Amino acid sequence: MSEKKIRVLVAKPGLDGHDRGAKVVARALRDAGMEVIYTGLHQTPEQVAEAALQEDVDVVGLSILSGAHLTLVPRVRELLQERGMGEVLLLAGGIIPEEDGAVLKEKGAADAIFTPGASLEGIVHYIREKIAVS
Amino acid sequence: MDPVKELLQGNRRALARLISLVENNDPLKEEIMQRLFPHTGKAYLVGVTGAPGAGKSSLVDRLLGEARRSGFTVGVIAVDPTSPFTGGAILGDRIRMQEHALDRGIFIRSMGTRGSLGGLSRAAREAVQVMDAFGKDLIIIETVGVGQSEIDIVKTADSTVVVLTPAGGDSVQTIKAGIMEIGDIFVINKSDLPGSERTVAEVNLALDLKEEPGWRPPVLPVMALRGEGIAELWQKLLEHRRHLEQSGFLESRRRERAESELGELVEFLVKSRVWQNIKTQISLEKLIEAIALRRRDPYGAARELLRQINFPL
Repeated sequence: MSEKKIRVLVAKPGLDGHDRGAKVVARALRDAGMEVIYTGLHQTPEQVAEAALQEDVDVVGLSILSGAHLTLVPRVRELLQERGMGEVLLLAGGIIPEEDGAVLKEKGAADAIFTPGASLEGIVHYIREKIAVS
Repeated sequence: MDPVKELLQGNRRALARLISLVENNDPLKEEIMQRLFPHTGKAYLVGVTGAPGAGKSSLVDRLLGEARRSGFTVGVIAVDPTSPFTGGAILGDRIRMQEHALDRGIFIRSMGTRGSLGGLSRAAREAVQVMDAFGKDLIIIETVGVGQSEIDIVKTADSTVVVLTPAGGDSVQTIKAGIMEIGDIFVINKSDLPGSERTVAEVNLALDLKEEPGWRPPVLPVMALRGEGIAELWQKLLEHRRHLEQSGFLESRRRERAESELGELVEFLVKSRVWQNIKTQISLEKLIEAIALRRRDPYGAARELLRQINFPL
């Protein structure tokens, strides 16, 4: 009689102050029945990983518009692994050039990249498919 | 490895996972809670409640600083509402608790109200017990002060802080809602706003109308964002705890809590098991149809179902 829900951490690591995209995605995930933990702007990778641990999330979504994705995403992945959370689905969104996205996926840093124009339904669908809730 | 053992050794990942198990009402939950129980009962439980936007999260954030300076390790359970339509939630209390994000002595967990079987009060209370077993000295439960289940959570605390603001009419509204009865300490937050002194006076007046032996709840003006009044609040909390211990109220509160907990657990078991039994043994369709068409009354039907599974009435 388990009542599990998909828990998602939506975080904005780094220095850019634009959180509209992150908020829109957070709302879409909420409307899809998920529990979204939103932590606000200017997070360090350590803060993101720590919050992910304490909140025991299934998914971490990083919104990055600063161009620092090649540093931030692998760092968050590394810190999650250090905390025994290697299995967490790590998604990155924002202004991420295609070739950088390919690098991040190849390195195993990000599981998926959602750039401007990605549909909200697509993101919801992707998460639901990857996280099977009993 | 066994998550209960890991938790007792101080593993934070195990703490996080066990809270999830409890929150999800996992089949393993009962056994886990039974094993954790001998390690609980040491933490000081503080409830923080108040209207949306009153500044509860900012207040808790500041309180964390004070508690840490006094050498307490702290667990926080921050509750936000779940949408009754989609079942989803945005849990945003951490935004205001960033200062302590990397302090290993603090563990913050966000919970949605969910509104499942047995309700939030059960899930939150069990999460408190998991943090207690982990060894947190102080556990703060923060919740929006609307609705019965939230009041129930707060009632599981040793000390309750009610957060109000000077904004027009607010204090009168709160008195109406019956929240005056649950506060051990009242905070008038955003005390730089106009009307603050009047609100303090109004709350004081309302408190003077009720008589309680031994402890008169103090009314403290606070500015959580600037940290003003926080040290006083922390001192009052410690004072209230001493009062509870010395007056014997702590024991009687914990006894009341044990009673309601036991009652809730029995109710939960009966409700879930009996209904499950009925649903697996008896086809209900025709009966439901008959009641919907008003050919049968639901009162007699309910009793008949229980008789059919030999449930003693």
